[in-house]
Amino acid sequence: MPQQIYHHSFPNGLTLLAERMDHVRSAALNFLVPAGCVNDPVEALGTTTVLAEMITRGAGKRDSRELSLAIDNLGLDRDETVGQLHIRFWGATLARNLPAALEIYADILRRPQLPEDDLDAVKALALQDIQSLEDEPQAKVMVELRRRHWPMPLGRDRRGTPEGIAAITAASLRRQFKRNFAPKGTILSVAGNIEWESLKKQVERLFGDWQGEEKPPADLRPALNGQAHLSKETTQTQIALAYPSVPFGHPEYYSAQAGVQILSGGMGARLFTEVREKRGLCYSVWASYQTFKECACVLCYAGTTNERAQETLDVTLAELRRVAQGVEDEEVDRVKAGLKSSVIMQEESTSARAGAIASDWYYLGRVRPMEEVQAAINGLSADSIVAHLRKHPAKDFTVVTLGPKPLNVPTV
Amino acid sequence: MQFHHHVLDNGLTLVGETSPSARSVSLGFFVRTGSRDETPDVSGVSHFLEHMVFKGTPRRSADDVNKDFDRIGANYNAFTSEENTVFYAAILPEYLPQAADILADILRPSLRGDDFDMEKNVIIEEIGMYEDRPTWSAYDQARKAYFADHPLGNSILGTAQSVRSLGRDQMQGYYDRRYIAPNITVTAAGNYDWTQFVGLLDGLCGKWPTGTAPRDGIRPTRGSRSFQVVRKEKVIQEHVILISPAPPATSPLRHAADTLAMILGDDSGSRLYWALIDPGLAESADMSFHDNEGNGAFFTTLSCDPEQTEENLAIVKEILRDVQAKGVTAEELATAKSKILSRVVRGSERPMGRMQALGMSWIYLGKYRSVDDELKSFEAVTLKDIRQVLDEFSFVDVSTLALGPLEKVEHAKK
Repeated sequence: MPQQIYHHSFPNGLTLLAERMDHVRSAALNFLVPAGCVNDPVEALGTTTVLAEMITRGAGKRDSRELSLAIDNLGLDRDETVGQLHIRFWGATLARNLPAALEIYADILRRPQLPEDDLDAVKALALQDIQSLEDEPQAKVMVELRRRHWPMPLGRDRRGTPEGIAAITAASLRRQFKRNFAPKGTILSVAGNIEWESLKKQVERLFGDWQGEEKPPADLRPALNGQAHLSKETTQTQIALAYPSVPFGHPEYYSAQAGVQILSGGMGARLFTEVREKRGLCYSVWASYQTFKECACVLCYAGTTNERAQETLDVTLAELRRVAQGVEDEEVDRVKAGLKSSVIMQEESTSARAGAIASDWYYLGRVRPMEEVQAAINGLSADSIVAHLRKHPAKDFTVVTLGPKPLNVPTV
Repeated sequence: MQFHHHVLDNGLTLVGETSPSARSVSLGFFVRTGSRDETPDVSGVSHFLEHMVFKGTPRRSADDVNKDFDRIGANYNAFTSEENTVFYAAILPEYLPQAADILADILRPSLRGDDFDMEKNVIIEEIGMYEDRPTWSAYDQARKAYFADHPLGNSILGTAQSVRSLGRDQMQGYYDRRYIAPNITVTAAGNYDWTQFVGLLDGLCGKWPTGTAPRDGIRPTRGSRSFQVVRKEKVIQEHVILISPAPPATSPLRHAADTLAMILGDDSGSRLYWALIDPGLAESADMSFHDNEGNGAFFTTLSCDPEQTEENLAIVKEILRDVQAKGVTAEELATAKSKILSRVVRGSERPMGRMQALGMSWIYLGKYRSVDDELKSFEAVTLKDIRQVLDEFSFVDVSTLALGPLEKVEHAKK
């Protein structure tokens, strides 16, 4: 069955994307609003996270409780995720309830009440969010890794700081909303059992007269990189590291992805085989790819008992470097099979498709047809992957560890 | 979607749902065994065995198992609960024969001694990982406290000590008793041909040994009504878990119980949400309904600033007292149904979701439940049903465990 993908750009800069999926009863929607935490004022880090929590506490004519009830009565599951560059509003429900859900989102994005009376409660939640990170060592080590690895402010943690949260006022929150919520750069994507023409008309009615200008991109400062250790009495030592890769849209993007899959694409992949299966060093070890428009990296994690942490780090680093020395055709075949099946299975999930078409649009300015992705996967070879890895080998690591004792990180 | 059912001569049950519009097939082997079927001397064996199943057979090394799955682009894994050990894979339709071959083969594992010793390290790492996560630690200890000497309180992972002292032959003995054909249900959902599937599975599993694998200790329990504080100085937040009795997996009241848990403790719009999260008193607070064979339980969890714990706990108790006395409103019931309807429909759109639901329904109820059957059961829940849940499974019988920096937590009855 051919994909049914639609696109419309409104004069005010809003992009609407849709994929019709005939075989489902549901629909998922996804707003990417370019209002992520890089936009936090430096004196009030955490503002965007507080704003994302406040924004659903009443909108349009409904107060917080009325809004919550209206959402629940539509069976709308939703969440708001603060990223570095975007706030993502995700919602999913039965396709017949999608139009009513869009009416609600128009209120939330354009007419939130941001009730001053709720601000103290939301700030208290934001503080607890920061505190509870201390009880989640894996999340904690990744936050510190990102902070050191990415150029600032891309490395910011969305949670902000206690001082930053304390500095937020009702007025500053309104300012933040006004400055950052605009149609230009906002992408709305919908996937599921939808009708394109009526969807487009409805979105035009709800968002056609939305006004506001896109902000210039944030200035980036060089990353800290290097190494850090967070001292904590834990059973396991957490090891996190990152090194540069090429961004989404780069001609070698698929080779870069394949390189990560060779390390961590399945249980037969190298990290799992060498670190866990052959040596029994840990339960959890993985690598993944993360990208912005202008830069990307491979993130890698392992958690292991303190006594075996040094060996785990050494073996992991050796595997990350070894992959540029050569990959086998067999490995490439497995990577291709994994990527192909995930492309096809994505077609069974409205949420996955709504997310994928939005992200394609953001990075590439178009939606990749499935045939294009499949052809790119088919085109992968051991040669193309190794050529890429030699040009972009695993080096210039940022390394963060958390546990009772620092590890010896060989300088590269 | 069409339902199918077949029992092989040795007692292995096959159930399936075929849906030609699906892009994939999900296949699962459900072994009716878990931590509740363990004696103390083999604590953790079900879960350890789940790992060992991936370590190979006479035909495949551990490396072959992983690579054979990866070669067909399978999305595969396994999990162990108190009463089920489930091995599953999602694949594109053309790879169903290979996926079935791998899964059926690994369900007859070699349990080689060197693999056993190596994997022990991984299990101990897994235990270490969870030890560093107080929410999980609290959950495991709260279950133990509530169920006391009932087998449902057995730890799924076991302890580092119990796993260290476990021998390979003990695992083999457990395996021989539990992994027999009549104790296994194979479930498939998605785009495939049923007749071919039956032939395929008969060829792969038709010779598996048969027998009986009884389960002891299905007796109902109302829990210990205990109150425990576990002090962990290095933990930052206080993590509190309240457990109280609920209908078992076979009860006709289970849909009402699920609905009640949603009204009280869903992550948005519930009573706990409005009382604790909305005013910023707690970082998380929710309630969920867990159903097992012979027993069910409501789990209410709370994570918050330690200083706020006593006040928050009093609020939770007040919510429980209030619903116990007055029940829920018609509006709350209607709203919960809207949420459930949407979640059931969306959860069933992928073969993976249907495969799991089919398997569980067959194991617990011995019957097929379509998506529409499930929707109808939720639609039919009345205020009276909810009242009946409250009357038969009172929140008064609650056990509480708090884990975190606090030395003591006052819980004076008001």
